[in-house]
Amino acid sequence: MQFLQPHSWREALEARAAHPGARPIFGGTDVMVDLNFGRKRPETVIDLTRVPEIREWNREDGLLRIGAGVTYTRAITELGNLLPGLAMASRTVGSPQIRNRGTIGGNLGSASPAGDALPPLYASHAVIEVASTRGTRRIPVGQFIIGPKRNVLEPDELIIAFIMPEAEGPQQYAKIGTRNAMVIAVCSFGLALHPESRSVGACIGSAGPTPIQPRDAENFIEDVIEEHDLWESRAEIPASALDRFGVLASEAAMPIDDVRGSADYRRHAVGVLARRTLTWAWNEHRGVAG
Amino acid sequence: MTTTPTRTRPSASRTRGGIGESVGRPDGVPKVKGEFEYSSDLHVEGMLWGATLRSPHPHANIRSIYTSDAEAMAGVFAVLTHEDVPGRKVYGMEIPDQPVLAWEKVRYQGEAVALVAADHPETARLALGKIRVDYEVLEPVTDAETAMSEDAPKLHLSGNELRRVDVRHGDPEAAAEVVVEGEYEVGMQDQAFLGPESGLAIPDGEGGVDLYISTQWLHVDQDQVAESLDLPPEMVRLTLSGVGGAFGGREDLSMQIHACMLALHTSRPVKMVYGREESFHGHVHRHPAKMRYEHGATRDGKLTYVKANLIFDGGAYASSSNAVCLNAATFACGPYDVPNARIESHMLYTNNPPCGAMRGFGAVQVCFAHEAQMDKLAEKLGMDPVDLRLKNAIEPGMKFPFGQEVPYPAPVREILGRVREIPMPDEQEAMGRDLRELPGGVSNTTHGEGVRRGVGYAVGFKNIGFSAGFDDYSTARISLSIEDGEPVVRVYTAAAEVGQGLVMVQAQIARTELGVENVVVEAADTRTGSAGSTSASRQSYVTGAAVKEACEKVRERIFELVRDEFGESDELAIEDGNIISDGREIAPLMEILDDGEISEIVEFHHRATHPLDENGQGDAHFQFAFAAHRAVVEVDVELGLVRVVEIATTQDVGKVINPKALEGQIEGGIAQGLGLALMEEIRIQDGEIQNASFTDYLIPTILDMPPVKMEILELADPEAPYGLKGVGEPPTIASTPAIVAALRNATAMELGRIPVRPEHIIGIPKKPPDELPQPESSRYSGIGRLEDRRET
Amino acid sequence: MKLRLMVNGESRETEVREGESLLYVLRERLGLFGSKNACEQGECGSCSVYLDGELVCACLVLAGQAEGSEVVTVEGLSEGERLHPVQEAFLEAGAVQCGFCTPGLIVAAHDLLSRNSEPTEAEVREALAGNLCRCTGYEKILTAVQMAAETTP
Repeated sequence: MQFLQPHSWREALEARAAHPGARPIFGGTDVMVDLNFGRKRPETVIDLTRVPEIREWNREDGLLRIGAGVTYTRAITELGNLLPGLAMASRTVGSPQIRNRGTIGGNLGSASPAGDALPPLYASHAVIEVASTRGTRRIPVGQFIIGPKRNVLEPDELIIAFIMPEAEGPQQYAKIGTRNAMVIAVCSFGLALHPESRSVGACIGSAGPTPIQPRDAENFIEDVIEEHDLWESRAEIPASALDRFGVLASEAAMPIDDVRGSADYRRHAVGVLARRTLTWAWNEHRGVAG
Repeated sequence: MTTTPTRTRPSASRTRGGIGESVGRPDGVPKVKGEFEYSSDLHVEGMLWGATLRSPHPHANIRSIYTSDAEAMAGVFAVLTHEDVPGRKVYGMEIPDQPVLAWEKVRYQGEAVALVAADHPETARLALGKIRVDYEVLEPVTDAETAMSEDAPKLHLSGNELRRVDVRHGDPEAAAEVVVEGEYEVGMQDQAFLGPESGLAIPDGEGGVDLYISTQWLHVDQDQVAESLDLPPEMVRLTLSGVGGAFGGREDLSMQIHACMLALHTSRPVKMVYGREESFHGHVHRHPAKMRYEHGATRDGKLTYVKANLIFDGGAYASSSNAVCLNAATFACGPYDVPNARIESHMLYTNNPPCGAMRGFGAVQVCFAHEAQMDKLAEKLGMDPVDLRLKNAIEPGMKFPFGQEVPYPAPVREILGRVREIPMPDEQEAMGRDLRELPGGVSNTTHGEGVRRGVGYAVGFKNIGFSAGFDDYSTARISLSIEDGEPVVRVYTAAAEVGQGLVMVQAQIARTELGVENVVVEAADTRTGSAGSTSASRQSYVTGAAVKEACEKVRERIFELVRDEFGESDELAIEDGNIISDGREIAPLMEILDDGEISEIVEFHHRATHPLDENGQGDAHFQFAFAAHRAVVEVDVELGLVRVVEIATTQDVGKVINPKALEGQIEGGIAQGLGLALMEEIRIQDGEIQNASFTDYLIPTILDMPPVKMEILELADPEAPYGLKGVGEPPTIASTPAIVAALRNATAMELGRIPVRPEHIIGIPKKPPDELPQPESSRYSGIGRLEDRRET
Repeated sequence: MKLRLMVNGESRETEVREGESLLYVLRERLGLFGSKNACEQGECGSCSVYLDGELVCACLVLAGQAEGSEVVTVEGLSEGERLHPVQEAFLEAGAVQCGFCTPGLIVAAHDLLSRNSEPTEAEVREALAGNLCRCTGYEKILTAVQMAAETTP
């Protein structure tokens, strides 16, 4: 096994070009488990922890551009006010030890449907920036992840950053696990209200081959809000509409039975989480606690 | 804590660090500094790394094993198979039925097939990949009930029934006014000790071997290793290394024989350390059980009869299944006065992972069932569940259904009554609470919605020590001498300290008995006679008694010297290194001892026990311990997520030897009971483990474990040293059913299976999905048909 | 390949094989066995160390990633015979049984108290959720951290 440690983005892309398919490593939460358990042994590993460019985040054309090497801990401490949904999701990731090392770029690279950072990215329509020595391209997150643990990254490409708008309204993230900490999601739900564009972004995690945007649920609730002029009036969303939002989210899920939970349970829980997160977010929009 | 005077009075009370004090751990400082040497930390110059090839199939014939490619690898020093086992090719504590290395057949996924020794663990792992085993895969028997059927393949020559115990008591046809039935199921729990199986074998150059090992019982390991190496036991010397938890999972052999084989074969020291995944395959687990119960009672709540059919999955090999089967049969009715009983306890071989000892040992499974039955009966009778238990509580002088007289003390009524009196935790408003104090925790699943509180009670009991005729003994040697001008007591036993604090208890007893503060508990090894197993909550009692009696003998010899010198003296005692007569210091111990050393060895055997007869009757056990638990839970009834708010417990311990260590045993035992109630299960499909990692085998974290309120009773057992009772297992027994009872109380769901999963709590898949609101339902009338409008 | 590290204030150099974790290097190459190997996937926290001042699981750091870094392990927290207040508190509270989780917990508690000198009970629980203990039921660990918070200057 070859170990490469580029010190700049340029070097990283050259290393990846010279060793197509080389496995990038940052926080090690996936790569090291494979190595320690003797499951996969890549021929080449590229350590990205020394590449300063991917550890930065900044504002660009009114959007946030966040380096793939920003850790969950930093997402909480540095981005908590700008991207509360992502911060909430990051808080549910593992332990302080894991959050200090694990990165959102890693979640994108692994493309696990259970990746906690992914639903908030979908709910705010994030765009992923990938690059190779051939050039740079930007891909909406929903098109970037195409299957369980599959993304559209070419063998010579690396993820450099993701781009998403600063929160302009309340955001929520909720996740089911069978204990009260340190769990991989049985299922999860991310939600973002976008009052300026008068839209609602939602995403189901860990209940399908990829994170799933429940379009029908989004459309339905957007219509309800429009219908009753709720963005401006900030009145309550009728309980029946909240329920219906949950049902539609639940119907959008494509869960399987596995060791962490049954498909039926996942489908049910997605509905409950959808209803609750929307309730909390809307209450916040209204300026009501809860 | 509540104290009831004991009959035995310690002879010296002034010496610091004696029994009754929260003495600190002698291994505490190295443990907090990271300097304590666990078996996985062992290393010597020039050592090799051993690794084990395991079967990927739960059931298969082995056609051939090719090792040449692995042998040819650089850095590989040995590749061994069953042909290289010098002596007995099987091992096992009760029945030697498990191959050291498989030949002809594998009977479970993970069974050891071949060994490698190499100069780096990675080389060893790569070499395993080069061994070719040609398997003929067979259909596995994956379920105990299937294994019972006539046409199931016979997994062992003796058939698939490994043990059956029937208990027949009273009138088998007894009828009752009120009857409740239930079916209960317990999943396979893992001990999940943190320190992986590991050890270091060093050849002595003369054909023998020294093994440094984490285990629960050095001598039973020594016997089995020697048999398989075809060596006399004295050529196989075992020394206890640091043990990172045990809980029953280290009572059977793991890598002991393998490491010694590799060391003797290569003439090099060989270290073996299992990874976590391998650990799940490398030790036995708690038996899964299916239990059918029928309880009959009078209308006013007196039990008339109990019928139970218990089916345990023993997995591929015997381990200690025999004893688990017997334990379950004898505890099946719970600590209640049951006039008529008919219990069938079956233990089956299957192609699942072997099961054996785990904290609670057969009592855990049946306690879950009998306590659920008691709650069900209480509900049917319209009685308070604690009142029903009080009404039927067993008492000293009565007979257990297995025919043994209930010895004093058996304070079932008292512990139940007291646990109910422990103040309840405050009811807090759920809405708006800190997430960490809600079901789901920081995962943010509820802000109080759907959260309902429930309270549940349970009581359980268990035997202490080995039962049914086993000669259960321990050996202790005590030496007293003067070192650097100070009296020093040295305690030599082979008793395994696995974290529970036996090293403290032994020292405390020696201080109390010999009035000398400086006590050194020497490392356990096989040079001292067997101490028996560190299991069945037995070491404080059995090794404690051996240490105590050896100290008493040493003390008597000192008193003889005193009498030689001072003539007959009254009420002799030793306190703080001084000889006391009639309350006055007469001489320092140093003067009496001079340069001499006094040493005594005692082999302590507890009262004999007896096997059960064909009706399951007999004096099988020598001590019983009882604990009651109350659980308060909060359940998110929409999502099925749980937060345990508090556990309250009352336990009779006979005598508190070390208060802090006792609390630690109780809290730790409850955590494992909580784990079984809510999350811990080895999931097996077609004989294969689905979750052999700490990512998917979940044990409670600090966010899952609630505060514990406890009340300790000290009702002395007149036969036990200081009146003490074993304390390790009772906390694990009734805590699980108490939590599940609280869940039932909150949800009104049946919950007949543990661990309870969120699915079960909310009734999925039983609840049809059409209960969710539909667009046509009246609840939608206020919205209109928006989807239709969108289309237009 | 060669690896250079600053471990507990001491400059160390060792040969490593690609694929070895920082945990393996600390234990088997540098003889620092205080960091424990219990799960090898970051679930149990027994191998918690500081890497350039950050609390991490050493099992999830590929050895080469630590090149030139500063590592502090449990062995680096006490000064000779003088225990750190967190270590003292673990002994005093009875938070140690088998002790396999203890080094990782002590490093994690040390990290928590360095960031938050007066943590609430809930904060302690959240901060230590990644450190599994199978013996104690965590009660005494909670007490120990609260005791250490009171005595840590």
